[in-house]
Amino acid sequence: MNIDLTIAIIITMVGASTPLLLAALGELVVEKSGVLNLGVEGMMLVGAVVGFAVTYITGNPWIGILAAAFAGSAASLIFAFLTLSLSANQVATGLALTIFGSGFSALFGQPFTGKPIALFKSIFPDSLTDHPILRVFFDYSPLVYFSLFMVFAVWWFLQKTRAGLILRAVGENDHSAHSIGYSVIKVRYGAVAFGGAMAGIGGACFPLILTPQWVEGLTGGRGWIALALVVFSAWKPTRLLAGAYLFGLIATMELYAKAAGGSFRIIPSELWASLPYLATIIVLVLISLRHKGNSSAPACLGKPFISSN
Amino acid sequence: MKLINRRNALKIGGAAAVLPLIGTKAFAQKEKVKAAFVLIGTPDDNGWNYGHDLGRQEMITALGADRVETTVVTNVAEGPDSERVFRELAQQGHDIIFGTSFGYGDAMLKVAKQFPDVKFEWATGYKTASNLSIYNARFHEGRSVLGTISGMMSKTGIGAYIGSFPIPEVVMGINAFHLAARKANPDFITKVVYVDSWFDPAKEADAARALIDQGVDVITQHTDGPAALQVAEERGIVGGFGQGADMSAFAPKAHLTSIIDIWSPYYIKAVKSLLDGNWKEGSSWEGLAGGEVVIGKYNEKIPADVVAAAEAVRTGIIDGSVHPFAGPITDNKGTLRVEAGDVIDDGEFWGVDWYAQGVEA
Repeated sequence: MNIDLTIAIIITMVGASTPLLLAALGELVVEKSGVLNLGVEGMMLVGAVVGFAVTYITGNPWIGILAAAFAGSAASLIFAFLTLSLSANQVATGLALTIFGSGFSALFGQPFTGKPIALFKSIFPDSLTDHPILRVFFDYSPLVYFSLFMVFAVWWFLQKTRAGLILRAVGENDHSAHSIGYSVIKVRYGAVAFGGAMAGIGGACFPLILTPQWVEGLTGGRGWIALALVVFSAWKPTRLLAGAYLFGLIATMELYAKAAGGSFRIIPSELWASLPYLATIIVLVLISLRHKGNSSAPACLGKPFISSN
Repeated sequence: MKLINRRNALKIGGAAAVLPLIGTKAFAQKEKVKAAFVLIGTPDDNGWNYGHDLGRQEMITALGADRVETTVVTNVAEGPDSERVFRELAQQGHDIIFGTSFGYGDAMLKVAKQFPDVKFEWATGYKTASNLSIYNARFHEGRSVLGTISGMMSKTGIGAYIGSFPIPEVVMGINAFHLAARKANPDFITKVVYVDSWFDPAKEADAARALIDQGVDVITQHTDGPAALQVAEERGIVGGFGQGADMSAFAPKAHLTSIIDIWSPYYIKAVKSLLDGNWKEGSSWEGLAGGEVVIGKYNEKIPADVVAAAEAVRTGIIDGSVHPFAGPITDNKGTLRVEAGDVIDDGEFWGVDWYAQGVEA
């Protein structure tokens, strides 16, 4: 394989991975706090449509991304109110959020269907983005660098800060955290809102860096892959980065292999499409074997917290 | 559009009471037809559903709002849910119901049996009943025109076809495109990528990137939406084509031309035959000649000789002098499939499960 094609594959792979990475990073923090929000797909759709609409109206993708973050966050707060304040079932509410997000985005997006915007491209000079070798570092949208920065930021927050420790404590043992004076509900509200904002930005990647248009169902089920990715990563931000790029590479290689023809065609496309999920299952099995049934999931994941006093 | 309220219900009841008193001739002809359209998406998709809804509007304009009133139901999923929708529409007293997606078939055949007086029309269907007709368009005729342009304009000699699923209609679209391109450039190669979805714009865009990175400079797609075309514009390749509707707004430079679906001639014919009392079940499959498939505006950058060649193919198909599948055709494994002087006729069309020589699929 020649160097030009390799670089082209890397660039496409990074683009395909970035929305997954952003949404999954947000969900990772949510799950670390002990909340399971299955509404990632819905929040991504809300972020995608709002990001598109605001970029279309203002012509400024930065404002569009900000609006997408707020919109995703707002959608997630509906979930937070139902599950945290009213102790509703998290699985059912998360699924409802996905259904709500797809319906809301379809309705809100109607006037924007069939309108083009410009891609949110690299801000580096052409001499770098067109350079045959250096473009592998520079030919990306600012959203890509932002997602990489966020991997570091989330890792640093969870491992190196006191607030991160509190968040993990709330996710591992909510009653203990409560008894030493931390507000479990407030911490979880914060985590869910952050997860919503990240899913919103992840959704905005679709019209801004992948395909500059809005249509109903634009995210095409990537929110579910983001959820699988969090499990795949065993709730570790660095492994999440590797997982997101691996999932992106599988999706990208499917298309490059089909376009290349030849022996790659022997692998049926249905198998390509199921590889991310197969990989998740294999990793789960490996983790279980290593820990002898002791999973690395936060201990309070998905359990509602009801204060005893 | 009109809902059934109590006054209408009385009217319908009154009409039903009077009906037996009127002779059969009056029964056959209708003053006014109530037509329903069931869509899989929404009319603002700028593609498939848009085309059907435009056909409905033009049908009303042509026949007059006093002769036909319509109901539109959008976002109806294929399968069991659609059966409920078709039954409800039939119960509400619609005279004719158009189901505009392939997957409505089972539900329509079932409901049609229960409502023998209601006429059903199944787009892209394959099975008729005494009160159920099917209608389709010869999209592949448009593909021949696109193939001609691609064969003449491609610099790398490699074109791409982004498909949804390998169903007969898509396979024949690919063959029509490729055979026409090979007439202009005997070494033309068509790379086929199936994205396994009718609708996943991000994947279509990435498929277009993968193809362009491997030498493709003309792209056509059999999926709804402009995703591939936008990548063609971004990368500055020779070009791409609009599918279902004109998509030049998305890619002013790359949009070479488009295949536009026009359903109004069929909708006018179907509803008019019901008004005249001579509706009969049948199977309609019109193309460029019937005006159901139309080639859109040519991009200004296409040289005059290419436009002339494309037009020659278009008019040739209309007058019958050009056939999209004229022999000799060899498949991509080297077997001679169609003898010289022979063609793939309408009956053989749906059974083709091979690609012509030079197609990489």
